[in-house]
Amino acid sequence: MSVPRRPLFEAKQLSKSYPMGDSVVHALRGIDLQLHEGEFVVILGASGSGKSTLLNILGGLDTPTSGTLMFRDQDLSACDEHALTEFRREHVGFVFQFYNLISGLTSLDNVRLVTEIANAPMEPIEALRLVGLENRATHYPAQLSGGEQQRVAIARAIGKNPSVLLCDEPTGALDVKTGAIVLDAIARIHRELGTLVVIITHNAAIANMANRVIRLSDGQIARIDENLNPQPASTLQW
Amino acid sequence: MNARKRLLISDILRLWKQGVAIVGLLACGIATFIMSTSTIRSMEASRDQYYAHYHFAHAWASLVRAPNALLDRILEIPGVTRASGRIVRQAILDFPNLSEPVTARLVSIETKSLDALYLRKGRLPKLGAETEVVVSELFAEAHDLKLGDTLQANLGGKRDLLHIVGIGLSPDSIYVVQPGLLLSDNRLYGIVWAPREKLEAVWNMDGAFNHLAVELENPADGHKIQTQIDELLSNYGGTGSILRDDQESHARIRDELNELRTMAFLAPAIFLSVTIFLLHMVFSRWIGQQRERIATLRAFGYRVHEIAWHVLQVISIWIGAGVILGVLIGLRFANALSGIYKEFFRFPEIIQVPFGWEWIGAVMLGAAVAALGAWSGLKQVVRLPPALAMQAGNLQPSAARFLALWSLRSTSVAKMSPILRLVLLRMLANPKLTLLSILGLSLGVSLLILSSFFQSTIDRVLEHQFSQCQRHDFQLTFDESKNESSMYEISQWPGVTRVEGFRAVPVQLHNGNQRERLTILGLDPNAELFRLLDTSNHASIPKSNGGLVITKKLANKLGVCQGDFVEVEVLEGVHRRLRLPIDRIFANYTGPSASIDRATLHEWMREGDRLSGVFLTLDPNYRDEVYQRIKKTPVVCGVLNRQATLANFRELLSRSTSAMRFINAIFAALITLGVAYNSALITFSERARDLATLRVLGYRQNEILWILLLELILITLLAIPIGIPLGYTFAYGMITSLDTDSHRLPMVFAPSTIAYTLSVIAAATAVCCLMVAQMASKLEIIHVLKVRE
Ligand SMILES: Nc1ncnc2c1ncn2[C@@H]1O[C@H](COP(=O)(O)OP(=O)(O)OP(=O)(O)O)[C@@H](O)[C@H]1O
Ligand SMILES: [Mg+2]
Repeated sequence: MSVPRRPLFEAKQLSKSYPMGDSVVHALRGIDLQLHEGEFVVILGASGSGKSTLLNILGGLDTPTSGTLMFRDQDLSACDEHALTEFRREHVGFVFQFYNLISGLTSLDNVRLVTEIANAPMEPIEALRLVGLENRATHYPAQLSGGEQQRVAIARAIGKNPSVLLCDEPTGALDVKTGAIVLDAIARIHRELGTLVVIITHNAAIANMANRVIRLSDGQIARIDENLNPQPASTLQW
Repeated sequence: MNARKRLLISDILRLWKQGVAIVGLLACGIATFIMSTSTIRSMEASRDQYYAHYHFAHAWASLVRAPNALLDRILEIPGVTRASGRIVRQAILDFPNLSEPVTARLVSIETKSLDALYLRKGRLPKLGAETEVVVSELFAEAHDLKLGDTLQANLGGKRDLLHIVGIGLSPDSIYVVQPGLLLSDNRLYGIVWAPREKLEAVWNMDGAFNHLAVELENPADGHKIQTQIDELLSNYGGTGSILRDDQESHARIRDELNELRTMAFLAPAIFLSVTIFLLHMVFSRWIGQQRERIATLRAFGYRVHEIAWHVLQVISIWIGAGVILGVLIGLRFANALSGIYKEFFRFPEIIQVPFGWEWIGAVMLGAAVAALGAWSGLKQVVRLPPALAMQAGNLQPSAARFLALWSLRSTSVAKMSPILRLVLLRMLANPKLTLLSILGLSLGVSLLILSSFFQSTIDRVLEHQFSQCQRHDFQLTFDESKNESSMYEISQWPGVTRVEGFRAVPVQLHNGNQRERLTILGLDPNAELFRLLDTSNHASIPKSNGGLVITKKLANKLGVCQGDFVEVEVLEGVHRRLRLPIDRIFANYTGPSASIDRATLHEWMREGDRLSGVFLTLDPNYRDEVYQRIKKTPVVCGVLNRQATLANFRELLSRSTSAMRFINAIFAALITLGVAYNSALITFSERARDLATLRVLGYRQNEILWILLLELILITLLAIPIGIPLGYTFAYGMITSLDTDSHRLPMVFAPSTIAYTLSVIAAATAVCCLMVAQMASKLEIIHVLKVRE
């Protein structure tokens, strides 16, 4: 797969700190990073190393304390809450560890929640088809297994045709087999839509799927590994 | 401080918004209760003490003239303990700086009399100082009269100067109203107490009286003794005695107290129901949220009652605060209400009854509210098995039922936007909460109707009385009946455009055991200035040589129907008994009254064209000249000025009702805020996760807000069609309780009432929306997503 030269995201000296009483917690300390269209990136790191913080800043849920973050020509680090909402609305798909589906709405309606507000969405049923759940469209979250719920969440995230799909431990609450199916769904979306995918995980095996693996440690990038031969999810050893 | 106490405090702090709403609403309920009950008690105590100390009589009678010696015969009637005779006459007063003539009731000052004079200021007239007088306090205030001022009066055809030496009150005039009027007008009517010698001289009443007051040993014997008194007085021109129930001042206070009693019930009932709803909403929700914690505590070995006790403590603190606050506010309001009453009712002193059973009542009401509101929540705590609670799913029991319902949805629902569906979903998924919110809000709506409908009722009555029935500018009453030449004379006054005479004869009507004392009005068949109209403005004209036309109130009191005959005992001149048919009964807004064709009345009375007074209209440009004429005409002893009366009514009513209306509007707004905001708060906390998810997905702040507001608006819209009929139901109860002997009030559905109600509700909802917007802006997106549901 060819990697385009023009970066989608470009972070320079990205830092995030939280004042805690007298002391300060540094969640991120000077991250320099470029993410390109069509990449599949995995972020690894110990608990508390700053993975979620980084992902949230990339997704416009949070703002850095210092440093800059460019999305194409837009300076996200200078955006206010309103501009960040518009950014998320148009470009970002999020998947969380705890699916966060709206329990009173069917799978299809959960997807429609997003397609209805997006500029160039796909058909909601098409999004469900991409995660292999088109025949569960009228089911409620409570009628689905955890893995299925997570796939609906993925369908909901990609329904708007986002520029980037951000996943924070998407398999964290799932067993191995189900996790593999979910990862497969993500991989398929990456393959068919060419969306930039960023996945946080504790599971180093998932790293085999990625083009690049970024290791965070104590708020800094410890290492970046290029993977010239990414593996499909089904072959992963957990 | 132990851990449980800290937990208690943190719970109270966390729920402070809900706490404020509950404490506030409970305080309103208790406050209105305390206000009404303590005002009732203070008015009753003030009145009773006044009655006792100043010897308020039990029965009264007017007569033409009787020697004072007759009092001894009256005292011989068994059951009569005291009797006093007075001279009471009406006269016109002339204030130089006031063009309108003023009517005064002159009362002779007697020593050791019943209905004794209480002197607020100054002194009694000195012996022999015949022109010294005492004036009634409200009258003095209306004219800014001071000790040493003088009054010009038309006394028995002569102009006289009277000197004010005292300002006072009497227990039979706590409320002063001119005969023929509904409300007091202290500017145009007042009481003047003058030395007996003066009145004796003016009206030739040496050693005589024309007004009798009687004290009874046992007031229950009233009716029996009344007959004997009437018999004794019949030779002296007695026009029939009345008991306390028919005494104007006494009846007014009684009616007012009855109205207060209705309010003491209705307003607190509304507030306390809303408080119960709210408590229930907040509390069940809170317990629902705390299931896990409660279960954990139970798993640690805490006993059920220990947990229930903790929960009860939170509630008791709210209830306690509400009750205390309510009592304090209620006492303040009672004070304000006394201020309003002071404009109408005068006692020597207002007795404040600081403590009483209503305090116990308040506490009991608080406890009842707590019990009703907390019941189902507590039941939930007690019933919660520890094991089940630990696996507390987020699937509410109703949600399952709801899912089934939802899957049967129609295609139109399928096309509905997910946001709208999300809103409906929440409302349906927790139907009890939604229903309680709607009911609570509709009570707020009903309170607004209840507190504002009265204006249109009054408007209707005033319009009916003063534009339709009474179309004269003045009603003049003559000293004693005059022949038609007096009317002719008046018609010659400059500016007078029309004059119609009337004849008024005091009678007692009998039908079996029922009887009613009143004045029959003899009207001309072509009368236009004073018409007998029913509530739909159909005129009744007494037929020549026909019978009586009576109001429905009178028909009910006597128990007669159209076509029946009643016995009429004439109480003027030679006492005679006649039997007259009831030609027509019509419903209007005034008390019992009867009319007949004037010529027919003259025939029955075996008299010529005698007039008791006239109605007249005038060219407004000549108003002042006519005023002067009236003041200078000795035969005129009373004036009713329609325009001034109407203006006075309106002013009195607006002054006394506008404060209440304002307070009630605030109360209703509080209810709306309390209920709507809390329901939004609950939605917000139940939906925080969903709302945060939507924000992450790219929903804008105002789109999220819309979800919350839509629900609020839907609930409000649903509450309006429930609240308006509910309000009118309460209003009907109020109207019914005000249906007294002296008046009947119509139920009027006016667009202005609805408009007022809707605009207050809209304003309160708007404020609530702002508060919700404030709340929604604090949604913590990341924080919410970190924790598991
Ligand atoms: N709102 C906050 N206030 C204070 N400190 C915070 C906040 N959010 C994160 N942190 C701190 O920032 C650091 C990085 O947190 P982050 O959530 O990014 O870790 P993570 O790598 O995602 O960990 P995990 O794998 O456990 O999810 C942690 O030390 C955390 O305690
Ligand atoms: Mg994390």
